[in-house]
Amino acid sequence: MPPLVSVGDAPTLVERGRDAAGIALIALLLGIPMIGLSTVDQSGALRVLTRWPLLGVFVAVAFCGRLLLRYALDRLKSRLRTRGRQAAAASARHGRVLTAVGWLAFALALVLPLVFADNRYVVDIATTVLIYVMLGWGLNVVVGLAGLLDLGHAAFYAVGAYAYALLATQFGWSFWAALPVAGLIAAVFGLALGWPCLRLRGDYLAIVTLGFGEIIRVVLVNWTELSGGPNGISSIPRPSFFGLPFAPSGNAPTFASSFGLEFSPMHRLIFLYYVILALSLLTNALVARLRRLPVGRAWEAMREDEIACRALGMNVTNVKLSAFALGAMLGGVAGVFFAARQGFISPESFTFNESAIILAIVVLGGMGSQLGVVLASLVLVLIPELGRDFSEYRMLLFGAAMILIMIWRPGGILAHREPTLRHAAAGGGHA
Amino acid sequence: MPEASAAGGVMPLLSVENLTMRFGGLAAIDDLSFDVPAGRISAVIGPNGAGKTTFFNCLTGFYKSTAGSVRLNHPELGVLRLESLPSHQVARLARIVRTFQNIRLFPKMTVLENLIVAQHNVLQQASRFSLAGLFGLPSYRRAEARAVDKAVDWLRRLDLIDKADVPAGALPYGTQRRVEIARALCADPLLLCLDEPAAGLNPRESGELNELLLRLVKEERLTLLLIEHDMSVVMNVSDHICVLNYGRKIAEGTPDEIRNDPHVIKAYLGEEEEEEEEEDAAGAVQAKAIGART
Amino acid sequence: MALALQQLINGLALGAVYGLIAVGYTMVYGIIGMINFAHGDVYMVGAFIAVTGFTLLAAFGVSSVPFALLLVLAVAVLFTSVYGWAVERLAYRPLRGSSRLAPLISAIGMSIFLQNMVQLTQGARVKPVPPMITGGVDLLTIDGFTARLSYSQVLIVLVTAVLLVAFTWLITRTSFGRQQRACEQDRTMTALLGIDVDRTISLTFMLGAALAAVAGVLVTIYYGVVDFYIGFIAGIKAFTAAVLGGIGSLPGAMLGGLLIGMIEAFWSNYLSAEYKDVATFSILILVLMFRPSGLLGRPEVEKV
Repeated sequence: MPPLVSVGDAPTLVERGRDAAGIALIALLLGIPMIGLSTVDQSGALRVLTRWPLLGVFVAVAFCGRLLLRYALDRLKSRLRTRGRQAAAASARHGRVLTAVGWLAFALALVLPLVFADNRYVVDIATTVLIYVMLGWGLNVVVGLAGLLDLGHAAFYAVGAYAYALLATQFGWSFWAALPVAGLIAAVFGLALGWPCLRLRGDYLAIVTLGFGEIIRVVLVNWTELSGGPNGISSIPRPSFFGLPFAPSGNAPTFASSFGLEFSPMHRLIFLYYVILALSLLTNALVARLRRLPVGRAWEAMREDEIACRALGMNVTNVKLSAFALGAMLGGVAGVFFAARQGFISPESFTFNESAIILAIVVLGGMGSQLGVVLASLVLVLIPELGRDFSEYRMLLFGAAMILIMIWRPGGILAHREPTLRHAAAGGGHA
Repeated sequence: MPEASAAGGVMPLLSVENLTMRFGGLAAIDDLSFDVPAGRISAVIGPNGAGKTTFFNCLTGFYKSTAGSVRLNHPELGVLRLESLPSHQVARLARIVRTFQNIRLFPKMTVLENLIVAQHNVLQQASRFSLAGLFGLPSYRRAEARAVDKAVDWLRRLDLIDKADVPAGALPYGTQRRVEIARALCADPLLLCLDEPAAGLNPRESGELNELLLRLVKEERLTLLLIEHDMSVVMNVSDHICVLNYGRKIAEGTPDEIRNDPHVIKAYLGEEEEEEEEEDAAGAVQAKAIGART
Repeated sequence: MALALQQLINGLALGAVYGLIAVGYTMVYGIIGMINFAHGDVYMVGAFIAVTGFTLLAAFGVSSVPFALLLVLAVAVLFTSVYGWAVERLAYRPLRGSSRLAPLISAIGMSIFLQNMVQLTQGARVKPVPPMITGGVDLLTIDGFTARLSYSQVLIVLVTAVLLVAFTWLITRTSFGRQQRACEQDRTMTALLGIDVDRTISLTFMLGAALAAVAGVLVTIYYGVVDFYIGFIAGIKAFTAAVLGGIGSLPGAMLGGLLIGMIEAFWSNYLSAEYKDVATFSILILVLMFRPSGLLGRPEVEKV
């Protein structure tokens, strides 16, 4: 007589086949309307196009993929069962390893433009990564530390960018003067958004911030007198090297002439790279420091349990507003840099997709983890770049990566949390 | 002391008058009046659903009561009317700090951090809008050191010091209860409200809890208000007990008085079992309470 | 007067479509307490299936409009509900029990994936569909403006009304409805009673997707143009409708949809068409601020 309950029996080949066939059927149903059939516009009328061979390939891939995946997962599971506990011991050393990785990343970031001084592409990509790092660190305050789900961070990014663009093109402000002012303007917008959201929780907050982001974008598209509408604002002045412009030698002193260098467009790119590196490091230092202060601990405590915070006498309203304002300000500063680097901005750059990417960076990186943000920015900027050869697949890959990374590590790539203070380190403990 | 009330003639720290809380048509608390004497341990007991936690929520500002008043005789600020204060002000101004029936720690933060967060208001003031903190001014650093000392002191006294750097969520249930009490103590309460502090504790742990509660009243001159199902805790430590059933107060008095009160026995055992009144009432109450817990 | 009547009719038709999508949000939110972020894109997939379906039928020379309509509705509902199932299976189920953020991110990933998949496989250009249901009734002419009720608008309102009745019956009277409501209240207890919670949640996603597919078909007939981006805005508006009506409430979702549709129609006509989305979002924010439980939702007592 077979046992009533059996544990850990590996599935038979037939079972595996049936499972994979089920997936193949689903793939077929999903594929028929999208892969198998398509419509093309032919002289004003639609015509149906069929791609059955492609659908066949898709279903076959789904079948084989499922078989292999199940097999690999089962193997992995049985192996994990045999050595399950080692992970716990490893996490104690985690903190120190991460700190070392952080310093290494910092050193690499410092020398990168010197190594790739002639490679415009690498420096450009690195600058883009750093913009996302900065945006991620700003949003990390709101989402990662304070636990407030913000899907409209691109709005503050836009506010910063447009604030600089307008201050510079209309009033002739310099980059360095506009930087703090635009940051403050963004912070005011953060407060304006934060205030109505105070009572909202979780997903409701997400959808309201999303709505707010869209409101800003729609206003930018339609308020043509202010924002230039869909055409945006162009010829935004680039930052100068403390007054020395990056330009071919002319009458006025330039960066190249002052330092006795031959003019090269790379100078400005490298300078921009160091500007955003400095801005993001400053952000990191600020956020890391605030995390160890009462306000930072209050953010984290609020993320963990808002009701307990209130029961301990914490004014949750102020705590939330401070997180919103700081996150918005950092986003605004990143926006200023973005506008100055591009020289041209339009509402196109501040869509919901942008907010989603920034949020993805924070969550994929591991909520609250500063190094995680760096890692996630690298992954999310590089995936589309690597996919550039087949560029239409970039966003597709991006979406798929978001799903897969979440399934693989729901807590984010780096889920480690470093305490803000330790009893043992203070010398008080006998541990 | 001429008044031989159940409060034992001590000036009340807290007076609840005609408190009523309705959810829709249902009165979870119905015209409750009740005094909490200062420097004593008071307990609110009653069958499940009697409105005990709702009472705590009204008291601590999480619910806005439908009618009635709650007044606190604050030693420095005079009489405070709690029913108009938001929850964080109840904790901050009135210094009424509570724990929760289903423990609410900050699970990913360490035990020490939990206790530091409880001193948020003091520290936030010392950090002067975070500026003094950002620049690491000595005034802030001293304040932080004091806060850590206070936290460490409580951790020592509650025998939690080896757990200081452990994330609170990783601790066993009974230890989490103690951490929650330690955290509440760090918030410097006048009145400490404990919502079922003995729930989920084993007999040894609940014995230790008894000692702790008695010590707090004796050494810290705290006033305690408990909601509790565990009769061994209630009967052994309370000076004064208020019994609720269906949101109404059905009895009030010393543990001995409550033990022999026919209304209480009826509430716990039900109407149809009135003939059992002759039995050992205290034993019956206890048996029923234990039954309710398991 | 005639103009106002016309806006009322337009708003009703538009609102019915929002309402159908909103029901999907409300059901999913009710059962797992999360916004299905990919729901708007599931609706977009439904609309694309409708485009393909109508074109295919036209190619085969099917000229009977009711037959074509029924067939396309059935096919769209079938295939789109598979998409609904896949969204739940891939983006939500593996993450059940982890933090609230994780499924949200995977669902946003799913939304981006679906949008780009459709763009790749079906093309990025707007798909024009020739009008199938033409004609209508002139209701009222004042000052040279004629308020007109088109037959496609009648169809939208009729189909929506029938579906709403059917769904109310499904949720309140059938065994699936009871299981669904039980899962909303307490998933663990429902599972202990021997109800397959996974299956119930999957079915809820599929039903939501089915309604979104119907909305997609109706929109294809009504507007005659579809592109891969329609899901995003329609999704947010439908979600606003669900919140306005009181999330978790079926009639609420419908009522919210109708209100949003009307507000949009009147706002576009009397104030400014450019800012109609701003109007919707502002309503969303105001409702959440002052009446988070919506018009028909039950107020939530904060659990302490």
